[in-house]
Amino acid sequence: MQIKCTINNRIFVEDIQVDMLLIDFLRHLGFLSVKRGCDTANCGLCTVWIDNKTVLSCSILAVSVNEKHVTTLEGIQDEAIEFGKFIASEGAEQCGYCSPGFIMNVLAMKRELVNPTEDSIKHYLSGNLCRCTGYMGQLRAIKKFLNATRGGCLSESS
Amino acid sequence: MKVVNKGIDKLDAMSLVTGKPVYTDDIAPENCLIVKVLRSPHAYAKILSIIIDKALKVPGIECILTYQDVPQKRFTMAGQSYPEPSPYDRLILDEYVRYVGDPVVIVAGVNVKAVNKALKLIKVNYEVLKPILNMEEAIDNSIVIHSEDDYHLNFDIGNDVKRNLCASGSFKSGNVDEELKSCHVVVDEQYHTKANNQAMMETFSTYTYLDYNGRVNIITSTQIPFHVRRIVAKALDIPKTKVRVIKPRIGGGFGAKQTVVSEIFPAIVTMKTGKPAKMIFNRFETFCASTSRHEMKIRIKLGADKEGNIKAISIYTLSNTGAYGEHGPTTVGLSGHKTMTLYNKASSFKFDYDVVYTNTMSAGAFRGYGATQGAFALESAINELAVKLNMDPIELRQKNLLEEGDIMTTYYGETLTSCNLDNCINKGKELVGWNEKYPYRRISDSKVRSVGVAITMQGSGISGIDMASVQIRLNDDGYYTLLIGATDMGTGCDTILAQMAAECLECNMDQIVVNGVDTDQSPYDSGSYASSTTYITGMSVVKACNKLIEQMIVEASKILIVQKETLEFDGQKIYNSEKSITLDKLAQKLVVGDGNYLMANASHSSLSSPPPFMAGFVEIELDTQTGKIDIIDFFGIVDCGTTINPKLAKIQVEGGIVQGIGMALYEEVSYSTTGKMMNNSFMQYKIPSRLDIGNIHVNFESSYEPTGPFGAKSIGEVVINTPCPAIAHAVYNAVGVNIRSLPITSEKILLSIINSR
Repeated sequence: MQIKCTINNRIFVEDIQVDMLLIDFLRHLGFLSVKRGCDTANCGLCTVWIDNKTVLSCSILAVSVNEKHVTTLEGIQDEAIEFGKFIASEGAEQCGYCSPGFIMNVLAMKRELVNPTEDSIKHYLSGNLCRCTGYMGQLRAIKKFLNATRGGCLSESS
Repeated sequence: MKVVNKGIDKLDAMSLVTGKPVYTDDIAPENCLIVKVLRSPHAYAKILSIIIDKALKVPGIECILTYQDVPQKRFTMAGQSYPEPSPYDRLILDEYVRYVGDPVVIVAGVNVKAVNKALKLIKVNYEVLKPILNMEEAIDNSIVIHSEDDYHLNFDIGNDVKRNLCASGSFKSGNVDEELKSCHVVVDEQYHTKANNQAMMETFSTYTYLDYNGRVNIITSTQIPFHVRRIVAKALDIPKTKVRVIKPRIGGGFGAKQTVVSEIFPAIVTMKTGKPAKMIFNRFETFCASTSRHEMKIRIKLGADKEGNIKAISIYTLSNTGAYGEHGPTTVGLSGHKTMTLYNKASSFKFDYDVVYTNTMSAGAFRGYGATQGAFALESAINELAVKLNMDPIELRQKNLLEEGDIMTTYYGETLTSCNLDNCINKGKELVGWNEKYPYRRISDSKVRSVGVAITMQGSGISGIDMASVQIRLNDDGYYTLLIGATDMGTGCDTILAQMAAECLECNMDQIVVNGVDTDQSPYDSGSYASSTTYITGMSVVKACNKLIEQMIVEASKILIVQKETLEFDGQKIYNSEKSITLDKLAQKLVVGDGNYLMANASHSSLSSPPPFMAGFVEIELDTQTGKIDIIDFFGIVDCGTTINPKLAKIQVEGGIVQGIGMALYEEVSYSTTGKMMNNSFMQYKIPSRLDIGNIHVNFESSYEPTGPFGAKSIGEVVINTPCPAIAHAVYNAVGVNIRSLPITSEKILLSIINSR
């Protein structure tokens, strides 16, 4: 069927199979930042935004974004670079394969939570798996990023 | 040092964090045939017939291959230097299937739907055979897993394949049995470690195409490009000249990609069809059709005198290599040699092992490679010995610890040239607050907080076998290209090797371009495994840079018309007291007319494998009513020699500790009674999330390794070994029960508490 959607502020009108997953649709269109890490909605690597809400693109059909606005990491490069520098300065990207989905969720968290505690950061991001870093470097990067960009987060656990 | 020992950002960091298409599946052409494999539903069976007529008629299907269509030359998928110690017990497709997941038919088509449809239409008739699923029943079972005539061994590895024995061996020094008789206390226990999955985030991924010379090009997510070239050529029965392997960015490996898992299938499709092909494993296949950590049962006998001097250590390891022998003969050795060496003062040692075939998925390489399993066993036994001696476990260790200058009896007679383990222990003891917290503190009626400790060692490369070469070139503007065959899999080796080059050449990082890996262009490197890259490839970089400086000075002396002995290089210019030429001017002159483009090559291997060390301290909170454990703090104090990049080294430690916590608490590959893997997804096989790990703290207590680049040893593997025994120790300290079988689940703890009442 034909769908019309906006991806990263560009309009797409595409003929697609009704059973196509959003992740495959996005990768097919060249949004290759979207990664597949599992087949069971457990890893968070394929996280994108639909109308500014995070979703796992492996878990919804492409047809469901008809008339909606999808954002991938390609669409928010300035923010990716801004936060990415904090990750890089901790060495916490490592293999980098989980970075796009993780960053999409961090940037969504930044929009959603005001002055989050360390615990609420961990809870918000618990669906984003990483096998390389042990998460500590990611947390350091997030805290420094939030502190640098807007008065930040509490470093104490609640 | 200006560049080495600095926390420099990874060279590829910004392209990774901005989501650039740099991984195998991102760069595979759109027109690749999709390759999938029909896998055996039986743990052991003989294929009687395969009917593919209907599948072939599915529109878009280009190629269907059964065992009758592929070369029948046995090989091993283990990525090891040739001749490999692992047995040649594999075919691309075999008439026999030996585990649930063994490939039966290769199908390639123009899209996923066509291939999936074809897979469903293939009918296979099997003669189902009774499998061996328990490793303790393997030896001398009436069922024989490998009865093929062309089974081949490159070495005497103590193999007796008709007994399902993949490898066996023994080592001894002194008389353990006599010593044990005279010991005041003896611990005699068996410890059981399970198969684990490496669970790197990028699954096995490969695409292939034929180039204009008819050579098969393999772009693949691998730790071992040069071994892939050799193994694929052997399996496909084509000359190595016909194979080129390129490694793009890799989404993690942890040893999983030290085995040739996905490469052969698209390669043979490309050979048969002439078309590009790709095979991207899904997560289920990545779990159930690759290689896991070797399950081991390890019996420890440990004896000491009244004062706590360890006299005798005896280890027997039974290792489960699964259906095929990848890394079977080699991992097992580390369970002994890289554990008991810590207690080098003991007067007698004994280490025996058997590695057996079973009808489960093949085991293979996983960070730690046997040392992790052995560390759980021996370090747990040491903690139990301390209890029997009524001695502090730290005091017991420090009393018996190996020391710099020791000749290591159980470590191939190597001399220990750098060791700061004692200070690692002291530091960790202080940081965790051992004196205040050992053994436990009661928090409430049902909550206990306790601490635990373990120490460990690994190696730095495989002595006398691992080999790395690099080439460094001086380019026309006075910048350098560093060509390496070592494989950055996210660890940052491209960056740290460039740091070493920049240090040697006294330049900034942006003057070094790193390129790797393409087997047509990169110099040979055995690959990134066995904790070898920093130590082995690093020394190659140092050697090559020094050679290049010599060459630059020679060329400068010709231009300046001075004796080369008078010249010096300071990174910017080559000069003596009277004359001088800048580097960029020299470089420019060397690429014009009768210039001389400078390229320096160097290779390195090492006759020793200097061990890095680590002390791990954990504090847990244990709920005595449910058996639930929360990790509060984990302190890892590491001696990896000089840290080339402290920031990246720290992340290695944090990541390794968290993988170790997963192994300690819940990671376990388990099988049904018919041999089907029970947990083949992240739904069922849980790896730690950021909520599960407490706080990880890392410190370095560096020694200086004289044989390593800038004093460095290795970091990659040693970091995974301490969580299992340290957490088991903390559980004992909390509730007085010894959990000797991993993982240390709440159920096991609670049952043990109930049983001990």
